[in-house]
Amino acid sequence: MTIVERLATTTKNRQKSRQNRFVPLAGVLVGAAVIVVLTYTLPPFRNYQLATIGAYLCVTAGLTVLTGLNGQLSLGHGALMATGAYTLALWQDRFNLLLPGIVLAVVVTTLAGGVIGLAAARLRGPYLAGLTLAVAVVVPSITSTFDNTFNSDQGLSVALNPPPGVIPVEQWQVWICWAGALLTVLFLAYLVRGRFGRDMRAVRDDETAAKLAGVGVARTQVLAFVVSAACAGLSGALFAVLAQSVSPGAFPLTLSLFLVMAIVIGGLGRLTGALIGAFLLVALPSVAQSIAEDAGSQHLEGNLALTFFGVVLVVVMLAAPGGLASMKFPRKIRKQKGQE
Amino acid sequence: MSNAGDLLKVEGLTAGYGAAPVLHEVTLSVGAGRIVAVLGANGAGKTTLLRTLSGLLPLAAGRVMFDGLDLRGVKVEKMVRHGIAHVPEGRGVVTELTVDENLRLGGLWRKPREPLDEIYDLFPALAQRKNHLGHQLSGGERQMLAIGRALAAKPRLLLLDEPSLGLAPKITSQIMGLLRDLRDRTGLAVLLVEQNVRSALSIADEGIVLNLGRIAAREKADKLADDADLRHAYLGF
Amino acid sequence: MDRFLYLTFDGLSRGAVYAAFALALVLIWRAARIVNFAQGAMAVATAYVGYSVASATGSYWLGFVVAIAGGLVLGAVVERVVMRFVDHSSPLNGVVVALGLVLIIQGVLGMIYGNDYRPAEAPFSRDAFQIGGVTLLSRFDLFVFGAVGAVVVLLTLLFTRTSTGLRMRAAAFAPDVSRLLGVPVGGMLTLGWALAAAVGSLAGMLVIPTELGLHPNAMDLLFISAFTAAVLGGLDSPVGAVVGGLVVGLLLTYVSGYLGANVAPMAVLILLVVVLLSRPDGLFSKAKARTA
Repeated sequence: MTIVERLATTTKNRQKSRQNRFVPLAGVLVGAAVIVVLTYTLPPFRNYQLATIGAYLCVTAGLTVLTGLNGQLSLGHGALMATGAYTLALWQDRFNLLLPGIVLAVVVTTLAGGVIGLAAARLRGPYLAGLTLAVAVVVPSITSTFDNTFNSDQGLSVALNPPPGVIPVEQWQVWICWAGALLTVLFLAYLVRGRFGRDMRAVRDDETAAKLAGVGVARTQVLAFVVSAACAGLSGALFAVLAQSVSPGAFPLTLSLFLVMAIVIGGLGRLTGALIGAFLLVALPSVAQSIAEDAGSQHLEGNLALTFFGVVLVVVMLAAPGGLASMKFPRKIRKQKGQE
Repeated sequence: MSNAGDLLKVEGLTAGYGAAPVLHEVTLSVGAGRIVAVLGANGAGKTTLLRTLSGLLPLAAGRVMFDGLDLRGVKVEKMVRHGIAHVPEGRGVVTELTVDENLRLGGLWRKPREPLDEIYDLFPALAQRKNHLGHQLSGGERQMLAIGRALAAKPRLLLLDEPSLGLAPKITSQIMGLLRDLRDRTGLAVLLVEQNVRSALSIADEGIVLNLGRIAAREKADKLADDADLRHAYLGF
Repeated sequence: MDRFLYLTFDGLSRGAVYAAFALALVLIWRAARIVNFAQGAMAVATAYVGYSVASATGSYWLGFVVAIAGGLVLGAVVERVVMRFVDHSSPLNGVVVALGLVLIIQGVLGMIYGNDYRPAEAPFSRDAFQIGGVTLLSRFDLFVFGAVGAVVVLLTLLFTRTSTGLRMRAAAFAPDVSRLLGVPVGGMLTLGWALAAAVGSLAGMLVIPTELGLHPNAMDLLFISAFTAAVLGGLDSPVGAVVGGLVVGLLLTYVSGYLGANVAPMAVLILLVVVLLSRPDGLFSKAKARTA
């Protein structure tokens, strides 16, 4: 590459980064417009699925930032979603004010995430995975421990006011869920572009180097966990709105594993990957369900999707050379290979 | 300089890590009962040569024959069965195992297994520390253990990487003396990689100087020690 | 006091199962530096196979043997077909692949057997008998102690007295050096996985009759308890796994017995957090392992 060429690309890159600043905002605005148009054209069931994608996007976006950019693998985000969902259910039972309820759900989950995050910041690799796995397995059982409040396996119903005017419920749900999802994505997009994003990547790539460069490693890790927990809380609250009920069965260990699968397949650390993952989380079970119905087998239902998710996850992990890492920074890997 | 009696014959060997070779068309031979010293500066490719010969690194081009057997494609773990033992740089003692376990490991592939008395006779220091863990040993003891373990496999060719590294001169000369005795007594062939040129040449029959992955010189050991130009150019003394 | 004694024996019996399962985790950790998060699902899968054979042939013991042998095969297959090809530059990769295996195994089991609890008979009576007027333990508990004890003794003999055990240890500690010494490192790794999975299968056969029965998720909570036990003992330490298993078993049984069974899962989580934050290297591990 000649110097002139190199200068040209540098200038181009600089222009690109200036343009980049507006990409998230533009993307979110376009997304919002597309969603609104879609809700008027899709049949109710499709709208419901669309709303579910939005609710999933909140949590996958937060999780991909935590795992992809900060290198912390959490298997407990399903439990954090349950925290948000139950908070909203309990709040709605008393006050029936949706927006403050959702805010409260996010706040409560953020606190819960803070507690786990404090422990998580001291743990690495399999130890962190084990702890968060324990959270995912144990937290749903708390509903039985305190069954007066959480009503055990039956769960709670979520009181909701009917949508304003003549808007169909499903359409209303899409708007709520996607408002949450797009705000989450916008927030995360600017967060990871700033200093915090740089700190997270620094911690992920080399903790010692990050520490020497003055990055607060533990603080960054706790903060990353808290942010992703807040996203999970929002997602859980939105699921409560969608299902109009909450129960431990809605937040099994499998859900947490599905979330990991979604972000790995979508491409770790990328918000578009989180969107792909959220889409797959709705699309794959739906496809599997229709196959199961055609086959007329009760055993296939659910289990086919489970198997399929597992196979995809293993194949992606084995096929992508370098596993997660190569999915995290494909460009860097390519460059290194070129140098060899 | 190669002749029919050579145990190890390397012809046109090119090898290295990934796409960029470290060694270029290296040709050498080691006869039974001979000690050949491989000398050269850091990064000359000495360790790469040994790692390629024992199969830890793949051969990019060339041929390695050991006692008439083409070693291309022979797995690392099979080398010892053919009679090649490699003592890697940094000694490679399994620090979590005891001295005795390390030594047993060396002779495990042999059937029937032979007692280790011979090795303990050779290294009385090890006999005293039989049940100590590897990480409790001193540097010299570890080197003796690594060599003893390789000898327990009853090899015909010993690939020895920097045995003097980090050792006191007295222990280095002990080890060198031992190698010479073994050669004389059992006909062991040794390919000896050394930074310590003087002590290597003191026991070697022949010396090979590697420079940037190519053979720069190949001489009788005493001649090499006397060749001032060569010493200045490649060996730094 | 009688109740305390009864709970103690019950806890030791439960702890013995945790110990076996934790031992399986430690075996793989030592061999491959992977915490096998699929261990529970693998054990359930072999238990399903074992009970299928048992009900088809009418012989529990044939099913039992098939389950353990199935563990050997499954462990070897998982290592040979999947784990060998995982890039281990990041410890997360092995974890994620294991989780993928969990999904596959649970999905396939659900497709074949359905997601209802299937009754799983115990080979011996689970009614506790009395010794000197005090209800202490059942024949099944004795079977558990015997089986786990035998496994511990056999593994100890394997690793300390046999050449294969020496090879396995060397391959785990220093793979490159071991290859130079003629140790087939890949084969040792496969053997390690096979043994570990078989021990996990044994733990599964011992715990499933004491729980609700066979279910694809039947070992989820057991996995957490055994993981806690393994971490408590130090992931590198087989002795620690056994002691950790017994401690966790006792603790959980006391909690269930005195505070209610609903509290037990919470107690596991709290114990795990306390262990991870206070003694992350475990009680018996010399090496610093937490960040490994």
